Amino acid sequence: MKRLLPLIVLCALLPGALTLAQAPAGPPSTQGDFVPVNQLPAQTEQLPAAPLLMGAYAFVWVALLVYVWSLWRRMTKLEHELADLRRRLQKL
Amino acid sequence: MARVFLPLVLVAMALFAAAPLVVANAPPEQTMGLVQKIFYYHVPSAMLMFVSAFVCGIASAVFLFRRSAAADRVALAAGELVVLFGAIVLVTGPLWARKAWGVWWEWDARLTSSLLLWMIFLAYLLVRRFGGPGSEKLAGAMALFGMANVPFVYVSVNYWRTLHPKTSVVMTLAPGMRAAFWFCVAAFAALYVLLLTLRKRLEDRQAEVEQLYLAAED
Repeated sequence: MKRLLPLIVLCALLPGALTLAQAPAGPPSTQGDFVPVNQLPAQTEQLPAAPLLMGAYAFVWVALLVYVWSLWRRMTKLEHELADLRRRLQKL
Repeated sequence: MARVFLPLVLVAMALFAAAPLVVANAPPEQTMGLVQKIFYYHVPSAMLMFVSAFVCGIASAVFLFRRSAAADRVALAAGELVVLFGAIVLVTGPLWARKAWGVWWEWDARLTSSLLLWMIFLAYLLVRRFGGPGSEKLAGAMALFGMANVPFVYVSVNYWRTLHPKTSVVMTLAPGMRAAFWFCVAAFAALYVLLLTLRKRLEDRQAEVEQLYLAAED
């Protein structure tokens, strides 16, 4: 079974590797590349960018903080459970 | 490990705290303007979603073929991080698209395949949570297929007609943008290593608790 491991991982990755190998050759396309400017372009559209940008950054920070908080909460609960179990085992 | 952990926490926190300042100093983009700065958090999150899918897939393969419980714990930790970073990608992307493309969502190859990748790993976590005894093997197979999906998601923008920027955009960044981008990649990578270590530690503790329950029963 252990001998099959490299073969199966290879089979799982092969379609992706083939796709990457067939990627268009030559210099990368510049279509859609970002062009930097010194000043922000004048806002002619009605939809402001700042709330979308702030919303995106706020979501990232909130998602990461909530995840860290959930890790901390789960870890605290497990530590209590572990201490309780050790106490019970010592009594036995 | 404990010796490495505290410096890692400090480095990750410092990089992540400085990232908004670095992004604020990066030059704005000509046509998209301010909203293009979502790129600096969106793309590193996508990179780490891909990396985490590979970590989960490879660890699952080791678990399936070598019966390594430690590898299974790494796979579960990485699977959870695929869903976390995937959620960031799938929320920040539409916020950028609303301004740049005029729509929140487009059912094109990149967006749809990214959503599918995220759903595979969400299903992985649901199977792990509610699948009952033995579900870790089924989940491990799901993780392998999730990992195999990553290259398709990556090259999808080069093969299909899409509004999404192509993969070449990262390699052709202007110097001011490039420095800010790679700084954010470093910040997210440090954070990823930290979160993976913490999540793995949680699984180690869980395994310890289960061992003690078995000992108590005996």
